[in-house]
Amino acid sequence: MAETAHLRAATLEGEPPPPSRRHLLAISDLNRDDVERLLGTASTIARSLDREVKKLPALRGRLVVNLFYESSTRTLSSFDLAAKRLSADTMALRSAGSSVDKGESLKDTALTLAAYDPDVIVIRHPHIGAPVIVADATHAHVVNAGDGKHQHPTQALLDLYTMREALGRLDGLHVAIVGDVLHSRVARSLIEALALVGARTTLVGPPTLVPRGIEQMGCEVTSEIGGIGDADVVYVLRMQQERMLPGAAFVPSLREYAAEWGVTPSRLRSGQVVMHPGPMNRGVEIDPRVADSDVSLITEQVRSGLVVRMAVLYDLLAGGPVEIRPALAVA
Amino acid sequence: MTLFWPDGPGDSLSIRGTRVIDPVRGIDGAFDVTIEEGIIVALEPAAEAARGLVLAPAFVDPHVHLRVPGREDEETIASGTAAAAAGGYCAILAMPNTDPTVDSAAVLGALIELARAEAAIPTGFMGSISKGLRGEELTEMAELARLGAAGFTDDGHPVVSAGLMQRALQYSGVTGRMLALHEEERTLSRDGQMNEGPISAALGFAGWPSVAESVMIERDCALAAYERRPLHIMHLSAWESVAAVRAAQARGVAVSAEVSPHHLCLTDDTVRTLDTNRKMNPPLRSEDDRQALLEGLRDGTIACVATDHAPHARHEKDVPFEEAPFGVTGLETAFTALYTFLVEPGELELGLVLERMSAGPARIFGLPVPRIEEGERANLVLIDLDATWRVAEDGFRSKSTNSWLLGQKLRSMIVKTIADGRVVHAA
Repeated sequence: MAETAHLRAATLEGEPPPPSRRHLLAISDLNRDDVERLLGTASTIARSLDREVKKLPALRGRLVVNLFYESSTRTLSSFDLAAKRLSADTMALRSAGSSVDKGESLKDTALTLAAYDPDVIVIRHPHIGAPVIVADATHAHVVNAGDGKHQHPTQALLDLYTMREALGRLDGLHVAIVGDVLHSRVARSLIEALALVGARTTLVGPPTLVPRGIEQMGCEVTSEIGGIGDADVVYVLRMQQERMLPGAAFVPSLREYAAEWGVTPSRLRSGQVVMHPGPMNRGVEIDPRVADSDVSLITEQVRSGLVVRMAVLYDLLAGGPVEIRPALAVA
Repeated sequence: MTLFWPDGPGDSLSIRGTRVIDPVRGIDGAFDVTIEEGIIVALEPAAEAARGLVLAPAFVDPHVHLRVPGREDEETIASGTAAAAAGGYCAILAMPNTDPTVDSAAVLGALIELARAEAAIPTGFMGSISKGLRGEELTEMAELARLGAAGFTDDGHPVVSAGLMQRALQYSGVTGRMLALHEEERTLSRDGQMNEGPISAALGFAGWPSVAESVMIERDCALAAYERRPLHIMHLSAWESVAAVRAAQARGVAVSAEVSPHHLCLTDDTVRTLDTNRKMNPPLRSEDDRQALLEGLRDGTIACVATDHAPHARHEKDVPFEEAPFGVTGLETAFTALYTFLVEPGELELGLVLERMSAGPARIFGLPVPRIEEGERANLVLIDLDATWRVAEDGFRSKSTNSWLLGQKLRSMIVKTIADGRVVHAA
């Protein structure tokens, strides 16, 4: 995984790199071996969760801080439970009702948190690069839980995990990502992650919501919904209501969007599976009949989220092979 | 008169056995230069020149943000002009997007008084085209020009209304001062954070497309042609913009253009660092754009290098990229950056860079053209081309340190600056 020096290397030519500390800030921090190791760890952890006592002692005495500047249901609960299942102490800080409301800068909030010596800070922030600022200001390992439209690396890892569990492979898989790529950190992380494991990616969506030049990330682009036909996995992105506000006008209406790019039963062929990072707008980007059908992996994605985030926390703090031993001593 | 600084006697000194380059006069050779009471009194051939040293006409920067009045925590006239002196400049023009805006005789008059008290080099002030930079009504340009405004600009903002732009062009015939334009069609640039292209697509930043600049340049060149008035386009960033200016010049439009050192040296690839000192408006663009800017500078389409020196408080840049203000400092590093990244690798000729930093901008804004000639006032910069130094936060005269060059090792150093006959910087 990435070291603090990573992003600074390009700026401070000739400077000695700062002491290494591992983070997960972006998929580009990982190589294929890292991904294989993390997915393997997640599989091992998943087996342990079949036991009656689901808690592992691995991170006992460690502190994981969840610093969330944006609303979140599944990511926050998933990180929180992941840390607890590994016996870590957790602390959640939300922007609402904290000193962030009083105009405190991200750097100052990070410095304040650093005084508690957290082992991991999980951060979600509306702005690109916020996790880098936290990584620079503290001694914690930092996990990016979503920074603006940039990256959401644990989502991409849990999506890879889900695909491999369902389809048995990643190499050579063809994934169509459908919808609002422009505003989607999920899409950016997933495109990079799929390229890393040798899968093929096609982006499908209205030209106004597919950013110019994105094909250089190593994917194909089409505005025809028929483009999902060849894919093994149809990955549906959330169509955000706020993109339709007056002045934004990325598409003329949600009605037209649903008609042109909505994923409906008739647009799928047998053998395809459907994924969605949530929360869904049923009837807009995804037909409820698809969301609730057997081809949907959406609840599997949530379940994968827990084990993959446990694997990430474990990998950052403990490293090495997972020792599956229930934490009986923990009350 | 449009340049102001404290009264004082000229210095007397001689600079012996130095390579003298004056691109305007076509001089490049070893000379002894003698200055008495601020006037060059003798320019005599010397047997040999000291290694690495070059004496050239001092630089002129028509695009500087001095932040006075309003943000004296970021820069003052004293600190900004000291930075300019250290960068080899003998004259600078300050932008009017201050708080309050330089849109009235009262504000301009106060600035001129300040410059007469504390400027380290001759300093001029641009007035705004529209009151409060709101793009609604013209400022009292005739009065401002009479008081000493060096030109007019709404820099930081485009003149959105074509109608107001036409009136400003018509009225510039009364003031005789240049209109300098920040070109940005805001319904295209929107909330753009960086150049629109593969890098913004990969990083997730809202894109500021190059065409948002060039469509406004096309519009304003058409208006300038119609009104038969000259026009200056600030900080070109895109190849389409260079093409638009070149085409207008070929049609006979009196349009001039400038480019910043950072647009000549960097591309949007560097934004991958997420360093907020890579965030400027207009944004850094692609390698094709950079090459077009270099070609425009070489063939004279772009007659002038301007720093767009934009100091910002450290805490305002120490935030995520999208929260940070646009702009970087540049006065103290302009020549050395161009020399390090473009002249030494052979992309630009030294003489060309010296001309585009001195005579080029001076001519556009009707300022005295620095010349190395007997009888002229001394406006000189002495440069050690062999020196190397590292840009460090504690080394700036500017009150701000938001330089894109922090931590970089640079080649060449400004050893001495003489402005209007006085030694204003000696390393």
